[in-house]
Amino acid sequence: MTQSQTVINEAPKSFTQNKPSSFKRWTRLLLRSKTGTVGFFIVFFVFLVAIFAPILAPHDPAAINAADMLKPPFWMDGGSTANLLGTDNLGRDILSRIIYGSQVSLLVGITSVVVAGIIGVTIGLISGYFGGFIDNVLMRLVDAFLAIPTILFALVILSVFGPSVITLIVVLGATNWVNYARLVRGEVLTIKERDFVKAAHSIGVRNSKIIVRHLLPNVISSFIVISTLSVATTIILEASLSFLGLGVQPPTVSWGTILSDGRDYLATSWWLATFPGIAITVTVLGIIFLGDWLRDVLDPRSIKK
Amino acid sequence: MNNYFVRRILQIIPVLLIISFIVFSLVFIAGDPVALMLPDDASQEDVELLRESLGLNESFIVQYTTYIVNLVQGDFGESYRYGQDAMSIVLERLPATLELGIAALLIALVTSIPLGIWSATKQNSSMDLVATGAAVIGKAMPNFWLGIMLILLFSVTLSFFPVSGRGTLMHLILPSVTLATGIAAEMTRLIRSSMIETLNQDYVRTAKSKGLKDRVVVYKHAFRNSLIPVITITALQTSTIVGGTLITETVFSWPGLGQLLIQAVNTRDMAIVQASVFVIALLVILMNLVADILYRLLDPRIKYN
Repeated sequence: MTQSQTVINEAPKSFTQNKPSSFKRWTRLLLRSKTGTVGFFIVFFVFLVAIFAPILAPHDPAAINAADMLKPPFWMDGGSTANLLGTDNLGRDILSRIIYGSQVSLLVGITSVVVAGIIGVTIGLISGYFGGFIDNVLMRLVDAFLAIPTILFALVILSVFGPSVITLIVVLGATNWVNYARLVRGEVLTIKERDFVKAAHSIGVRNSKIIVRHLLPNVISSFIVISTLSVATTIILEASLSFLGLGVQPPTVSWGTILSDGRDYLATSWWLATFPGIAITVTVLGIIFLGDWLRDVLDPRSIKK
Repeated sequence: MNNYFVRRILQIIPVLLIISFIVFSLVFIAGDPVALMLPDDASQEDVELLRESLGLNESFIVQYTTYIVNLVQGDFGESYRYGQDAMSIVLERLPATLELGIAALLIALVTSIPLGIWSATKQNSSMDLVATGAAVIGKAMPNFWLGIMLILLFSVTLSFFPVSGRGTLMHLILPSVTLATGIAAEMTRLIRSSMIETLNQDYVRTAKSKGLKDRVVVYKHAFRNSLIPVITITALQTSTIVGGTLITETVFSWPGLGQLLIQAVNTRDMAIVQASVFVIALLVILMNLVADILYRLLDPRIKYN
């Protein structure tokens, strides 16, 4: 490798240069933001709950118990500490179901965002870098996807392939890539005009190498920010689809299915529908806080504000 | 400028073609609708006859071409469940969805514009904190859960509003508030940041320094100019609103397009699915077009080439 090439390969990564290198630095940045800290701890907590669900859950989430049907939470008349948040119409323990439900939310939320990210970033890089006809075709595809609400798209695909966790991940990944594609394309359009890309091009660096070595590192920070926030919306989407009966199927527990079970017992047993909703809201809130903090830290443009 | 709009309108055609192709392919993969159309005891001959008459023995290309030719003539096929033209059933349900969507959009605008302006002008005050806090929570709550909680509180417990259905204004309130919350939350956040940006512009500072009243500066100078992003955001919310109606209509048994579509997905009534996806996509695309035109009319700085 010639010297000029080395310089070009290493010069442009402003993102890596700005990146705080140590754990200490990150902690300080996090503690500086109240909402960021709250968000981090909520997300951390939900992760722990999901991982240690088998240890934490007081009961088997699928265990039907005819003797304990529709028991209220422990502080109400008729409730007991055996079922802290009460039981559902089949006598299943709500707390245990919510604990296990966190697994599906995180699994589907995170993996489908990774799938969407890979598709979207690839399309965005290609579209922005090559421009012209390819760009035109890909952007029309983006327009088509944008014109159909994600949930509608997901519904149609799930009705065709049948609901399951895997389909759910693929479907949410395949419908959510559009935002990444648009964002990455926009960034690439400006980055590719910068000198280091032009220089690399002029000394004959292959297109694929320019994309991977020069463009990709420069779009990663924006990618991290929107993918964090996108995990939040995906968790809501998963719950919505499961609520409609097209998401996770029993015996797997999802917050959406607990809620949908609870809908029929609203008049008598409010706790069925209330607690899983609180779990979703708090989790999503934590992720939004964390995402906002990440945006402030990683996006140099937002620091000014 | 006229050229721009002609091109912009022509771009709708490939987008609709892509959508029709994606949806048609999905339905094609979904397989044979014949089994659902005939009674269980139908003979093999009847099955073959029906397949032949529906053109299902043709290749994918031939079937797709026929589909497009029919579609251009406004024929979306017949719903096997209703035994009627799918498009007319969809159009019959459309007013209910529009009613809900427009009501929600109005509620969202009426709440988010004052809240957004207010919290931007009084940045970091306790009012700002309450407004931004409410916006974040509104965004984090899944709207089906909010709907259920509103039913629990206002219909089941307090008996203020009917639990479900459509008819009077009382029926409209809970579903439209449910649908509006997420949108209002998103719009408040965006109006706030757009206002803060405009309030920091030089012309606003000039207006202030020459002694104009705060009210005049905020509304005449700042708000009018921050309206432009608001319009774009509102148009982009069309997709969210339509997506939201799917869920909200199910929660409140609102007899609109969303409810029809979910039933069609569950009963695999693909003619209805295709027709509704088409109508929804067209609605979203047209709203975005209107936004583009308004954008041009409101902001003389934008030049289209």
